[in-house]
Amino acid sequence: MSDSLSIQNLHASVDGNEILKGLSLEIPKGEVHAIMGPNGSGKSTLSKVLAGHEDYEVTEGTALMDGEDLLALEIDERSRAGFFLAFQYPHEIPGVSNANFLRAALQARLPKGEEIDAVGFYKEMYEKMDALSMDRKFTGRFVNDGFSGGEKKRNEILQMMMLEPKYAVLDETDSGLDIDALKIVAEGVNRMRSPERGFLVITHYQRLLDYIVPDVVHVMFDGQIVKTGDKSLALELEEKGYDWVTEELAVSA
Amino acid sequence: MSTPDSATLEAVNIDQDAGNFSYAEDYAHDAGYGLTEDTIDYISNVKGEAEWIREFRKKALKTFHDKPMPTNWASKDLENIIFQDIRYYLSKGQTPTRSWDEVPDDVKETFERLGIPEKERKFLAGVEAQFDSEAAYSNVKEELEKQGVIFVNSTEGLREHPELFRKWFGKVIPTGDNKFSALNSAVFSGGSFIYVPPGVKVAHPLQAYFRINAENFGQFERTLIIVDEGAEVTYMEGCTAPKFETATLHSAVVELVAMKDAKIQYITVQNWSNNVFNLVTKRGMAHENAEIRWIDCNIGSRLTMKYPGVIMKGRKARGEVISIALANDGQHQDTGAKMIHAADETTSNIVAKSISVGEGRSTYRGQVHIPKHLKGCKNNTECDALLINSNSRTDTYPAITVRGNQHATQHEASVSQVSEDQIFYMKQRGLSEGEAMSLSVNGFVNDLVREFPMEYSVELKRLIDMEMEGSVG
Repeated sequence: MSDSLSIQNLHASVDGNEILKGLSLEIPKGEVHAIMGPNGSGKSTLSKVLAGHEDYEVTEGTALMDGEDLLALEIDERSRAGFFLAFQYPHEIPGVSNANFLRAALQARLPKGEEIDAVGFYKEMYEKMDALSMDRKFTGRFVNDGFSGGEKKRNEILQMMMLEPKYAVLDETDSGLDIDALKIVAEGVNRMRSPERGFLVITHYQRLLDYIVPDVVHVMFDGQIVKTGDKSLALELEEKGYDWVTEELAVSA
Repeated sequence: MSTPDSATLEAVNIDQDAGNFSYAEDYAHDAGYGLTEDTIDYISNVKGEAEWIREFRKKALKTFHDKPMPTNWASKDLENIIFQDIRYYLSKGQTPTRSWDEVPDDVKETFERLGIPEKERKFLAGVEAQFDSEAAYSNVKEELEKQGVIFVNSTEGLREHPELFRKWFGKVIPTGDNKFSALNSAVFSGGSFIYVPPGVKVAHPLQAYFRINAENFGQFERTLIIVDEGAEVTYMEGCTAPKFETATLHSAVVELVAMKDAKIQYITVQNWSNNVFNLVTKRGMAHENAEIRWIDCNIGSRLTMKYPGVIMKGRKARGEVISIALANDGQHQDTGAKMIHAADETTSNIVAKSISVGEGRSTYRGQVHIPKHLKGCKNNTECDALLINSNSRTDTYPAITVRGNQHATQHEASVSQVSEDQIFYMKQRGLSEGEAMSLSVNGFVNDLVREFPMEYSVELKRLIDMEMEGSVG
């Protein structure tokens, strides 16, 4: 299927250690998929490999975004092609204001010689900030510099809203968030849901999925997807714990 | 690191070549190659100088020959300057023009290609633009003349206003201060002479553009700015130069005198091409309650050695140096500041940021001197270095001499790197490697860039972008 983010038999290593061991996953446009899994199962590695982090080496497999070979593109090309990663630990950029950073990111998407319209840019940014309950002063603050955990995550969602990706991976966006911040972030994601966009929500806890209700839930273990189901799978996992999955795997093996 | 994308390469090629042009040399006055007493007689004759200036030059020449190269503490690269292969005086043979119409067309073309905006030319309070060694264009707005402000080139200043300028000429920076101040004193030509009468606050910055346009031609401008009691002025100096195959020497002397309660702000953006030796001596003298600020940015040149200084001679005088240095491949930015406290309750502040890229090298040298017999002096020194890759080199030599216990000094230094993860984060948002780098670097110097006037900060940002995009690979 070409209208999807399609990952087939993906193997990836870091420093010679294989972390992803033949992972396959297909996210059609318009759907929200969740990946749950215990620590160390390779969830964050998957997000970094898809984004193109140079520490990870893809040894086998494919990742196609609407039919385009994602792995053949540079990191920034993937972004401009419509791939977005909301980081678990967003980086600080001292001295660069949020407004300038966003503007540069949007500018990078325009053809050479074209300038973004400053008035329209601010209007749009303010609207989206309002939706995320962000103070206007935020535009002048340096990117993630001295931000609380909640502010950083909200900032990731704001960037996503501004860049309007085709596919977004949210890497443990719920970690470090209190319930109010979690609701705001989830609301931001829900506003973005559309038939034209696919989401992969990586989380350790079911809690986030109460607010971002997934169409499909995958369970990841030891570098592979080991179980796939609907949203009730998340509840079942929450109830029975990850041991349930690993025990089940042991039985079937 | 990945290879730059084609758009980056294209941008680099265009940008790097933008300053790469020169015109047929057509100089009415040329002192030839090398430096002897004859060279000095030639310069003095052409300029029709007073005898005391000729003597001043000849004495300086002797001092220059007597002084050793400062290679015991500075870069060995200085040994590559072949003094006999340099032309020490070139001139269009013109007297400074008063109106724009009188400016030769090829000079105008140079300004055009330097991108000096039309409206800026009209708006500026006065323009003293040096084309090679003589001012090609000199226009002081009427209102400034009415206020009694003098803004001329050094030749005219010494000829027409000796009573004003002779008193301070060579006093803040004596000929023998260093080998290159002696060289400048022997062969100086061009540069600005400014006098601001008591109480006059010059509303618009005075501006000068410098440019070298002859191969192997050393440029030795001499600037003296005297701001009388309670007066204020801002002076801006910006440099670009076309590229040549052999090294070019630039050695300026800039002296500032701020009388009681006066304020001087001297702003420089230095972007010489990467074969220029830029060996400059800049110092100001601040009398009682006066303030001198050097705002200095060095992006170009092969080797820059420049340590702007302030001698705080009167009580409550203030000195400040704000410095940005960017050293790319093949460049050495050896910059810093010199603060000499010579009266009670004087205050100095140094904020220096350097960026080293690739094989580029940055050195900070600071000297703060507070003697024992003084009271209530303060110094703050901050120097931060940013390294862009593992080959970069940065050195910090702060020398803070504080004697006595009635002073307050503070010193902070840091060295940091643009992390791979920070670049990864920015690239994930769609920025190319070059764009990510230049945004990071601009962020690093952001607080200092804001100290520059608007048009300079825009230009600076653009220069940094060009440098960073060219450095990715």
